Amino acid sequence: MDRRENLKVLLTGTVATGYLLTTGCNPEDAKKAEEIIGSFSYGRTPEETLVNDKLMADTFFTEREKSMVSIIADIIIPKDEISGSATESGVPDFIEFMMKDYPKFQLPMRGGMMWLENLSFATFEKSFLDISAEERITLIDKIAYPDTAEPDMKFGVNYFNLMRNLTCTGFFTSQIGIKDIGYAGNRPNQWDGVPDEVLKKFNLSYDQKTLDQCLKIEDQQKIAVWDDAGNLIG
Amino acid sequence: MSFQIKEQDKKYDVCIVGSGAGGGMAAKILSEAGLSVAVLEAGGDFDPAKEEYRTQLRWPWESPRRGANTQRPFGDFDAAWGGWEIEGEPYTRKDGTKFDWFRSRMLGGRTNHWGRISLRFGPKDFKRKDQDGLGDNWPISYEDVKPYYDKVDKLIGVFGTNEGLANDPDGFFLPPPKPRLHELFVKKGAAVASVPVIPSRLSILTRKINAERGVCFFCAQCSRACQVYADFSSSTCLVKPAMEKGKVELYTHAMVREVLTDESGLATGVVYIDKKDLKEYKIGAKVVVLAASACETARIMLNSKSKSHPNGLSNSSGVVGRYLHDSTGTDRMAFMPELVDRPRYNEDGVGGLHVYSPWWLDNKKLDFPRGYHIEYWGGMSMPSYGFGFGMDTMRKYLLNELGQPSTNGGYGVGLKKDVRRIYGSMVGMSGRGESVPQYDNYCEIDPDTVDKYGIPVLRFHYKWTEHEVKQAKHMHDTFEEILTGMGGVLLGQKPTEENQYGLLAPGRIIHEVGTSRMGDDPKTSALNKYAQAHDCKNLFVVDAGSFVSQADKNPTWTILALSWRTSEYIIDQLKKQNI
Repeated sequence: MDRRENLKVLLTGTVATGYLLTTGCNPEDAKKAEEIIGSFSYGRTPEETLVNDKLMADTFFTEREKSMVSIIADIIIPKDEISGSATESGVPDFIEFMMKDYPKFQLPMRGGMMWLENLSFATFEKSFLDISAEERITLIDKIAYPDTAEPDMKFGVNYFNLMRNLTCTGFFTSQIGIKDIGYAGNRPNQWDGVPDEVLKKFNLSYDQKTLDQCLKIEDQQKIAVWDDAGNLIG
Repeated sequence: MSFQIKEQDKKYDVCIVGSGAGGGMAAKILSEAGLSVAVLEAGGDFDPAKEEYRTQLRWPWESPRRGANTQRPFGDFDAAWGGWEIEGEPYTRKDGTKFDWFRSRMLGGRTNHWGRISLRFGPKDFKRKDQDGLGDNWPISYEDVKPYYDKVDKLIGVFGTNEGLANDPDGFFLPPPKPRLHELFVKKGAAVASVPVIPSRLSILTRKINAERGVCFFCAQCSRACQVYADFSSSTCLVKPAMEKGKVELYTHAMVREVLTDESGLATGVVYIDKKDLKEYKIGAKVVVLAASACETARIMLNSKSKSHPNGLSNSSGVVGRYLHDSTGTDRMAFMPELVDRPRYNEDGVGGLHVYSPWWLDNKKLDFPRGYHIEYWGGMSMPSYGFGFGMDTMRKYLLNELGQPSTNGGYGVGLKKDVRRIYGSMVGMSGRGESVPQYDNYCEIDPDTVDKYGIPVLRFHYKWTEHEVKQAKHMHDTFEEILTGMGGVLLGQKPTEENQYGLLAPGRIIHEVGTSRMGDDPKTSALNKYAQAHDCKNLFVVDAGSFVSQADKNPTWTILALSWRTSEYIIDQLKKQNI
């Protein structure tokens, strides 16, 4: 079987995602799937699959760095009454990937972590990994608020801004995060305008002209017919 | 490197180079007239209905980069294979000027991911010189093209409304979708600024037009290409249906280097490099139709030098590559305090704006000669890479429980809550305007550089003039009026003269046209009014190279109409044995 046929066999009747293939099947299937299509399959060209696979195979963060990323990601997005934490949503793996996918992140990320480590040693004579949760917060508070941070904390502010951006985006584009934010689309729908209760809340309405000229959802399947002047008559 | 062998292939009535809007339409019309047609596409086959190509209805986490644009310039799920830079296919720029060239290497070309904004040019758009003395008139008028616009509307489908506007002609429209919430706010703001807002005109099927294509199911993802063919792309609506009828043969990965001519100067076929085996092939044809995109077509013409065409094919005028022009573009964003803590519901809608503003002013009363239209965006769209960025500057716009502005930056439960609160509260607008074509804005063959197929590449020279800069300034003044009129808090700085009022680099709007323009005078144009080459009667151009001026409209609908018109002319001329 060639690659394409293999793909068809593997993916028939399923949502064709590397995510499901690598987490939802038994290990042997998953391994075979990865061999054939790489880790991710979402309409990739063969060249793109190679790029993704190579990035996935490389490692950027050291173990200690990965631990630090995880700790800080969960400080930025902790578990609350609505949803889980950054690490529960897979943010550290996402940040690891982005370091390789966009190499310009590497220096400010690694350098920022080193800078924070230095601050931790200077303050507590211990690594950021080895200080208490409260001690970590005293350091984070120095770099988390760009408008009021001390001028000599600017390096840390830049680093924390980058971590905040990547953590927020990684979280809210994850399964947990999309559910949390309440995004209701990405599925077949029949758009028939803003719901009435929402219009009321904002004191808005559709004028009669708009209602007359806009799509009647029940007509969608009727084949359109016009008169010679361009009026829709059927 | 392979030893190159010319392999004589079969001969066709027509050889079409390119499978985008122009090439697809020509393939359909010419093949339906019974002609044998070869379509050469420099990229691969593509069909959004096939699972292996599908990016529609995918979730951000299916991409390891969550949809970021490090691989595909409009994000990981966008349908375009290609971009501003393509490995092994460079282009260069001259004298420190800027031009960015977007290419999609795939069946259907850039029609797979485009915005589907489908605007007819109006009567004034064909005769700009008559109004402001700048540039040139087209050799044809709206009345010449109208019948073809009408046919394109019915064949392909476009929603919109007949408004009776002088320069934004009525057509055969499907009903538009109702405006989204932020678009209702736009209407309020635009009313304050006295800017008209009407339903947008997009080639998306809100209703069925035939048995072959499905209707829109409102996922807002036209840029990912539609698996039920509810939006227009050349591959799904033109090339594939034409191939099914049997007279069209498609060559993919076929990179055309030049058009061949005989001693009398007539075209005899084309030479292409097969990107898979790197060998050179020849295809013979009675008629050659170039539809490779304005710049790629100019490149092929300029690279097709022969004894009878020493200056490049049909370039005795020297205008091939010249008068290159793109639409102008600049954008602004605002935060809508009223939309904080919005109730959630599915407001994806169609893939693009539901309302827009066509040009509404008289340039005679302004300090710049040409108009622009405004596109609006916003809403509770699917989070993708970049969502949640910027809380280091945005949180101050959110009031806390005590009614005080939140502190920028931060972390923790409060931050998480504020990202939720701010979701769907951003709106923005983009101006897309008409520029004045210039002889000195051009692409030419770079004497120093070839691509990886050994084909000399294009070198660009392009500068905006004061006309475009003043227009961009006007756009920003208008944006601010509308955004503040709808209750928005302006974000970012208003651009200034130093940065040309935020005018994007030429090429960025991807409406580049004009490089083989049509005209009645062979000394100042490359093509006649049927887009037939003045110097080579069996050569035609059906992409936007033929445009004399790019209106403040998107070019695709006009490319389709003109390609249909030229195709009928080719059929007529073949019948009369004139070519």
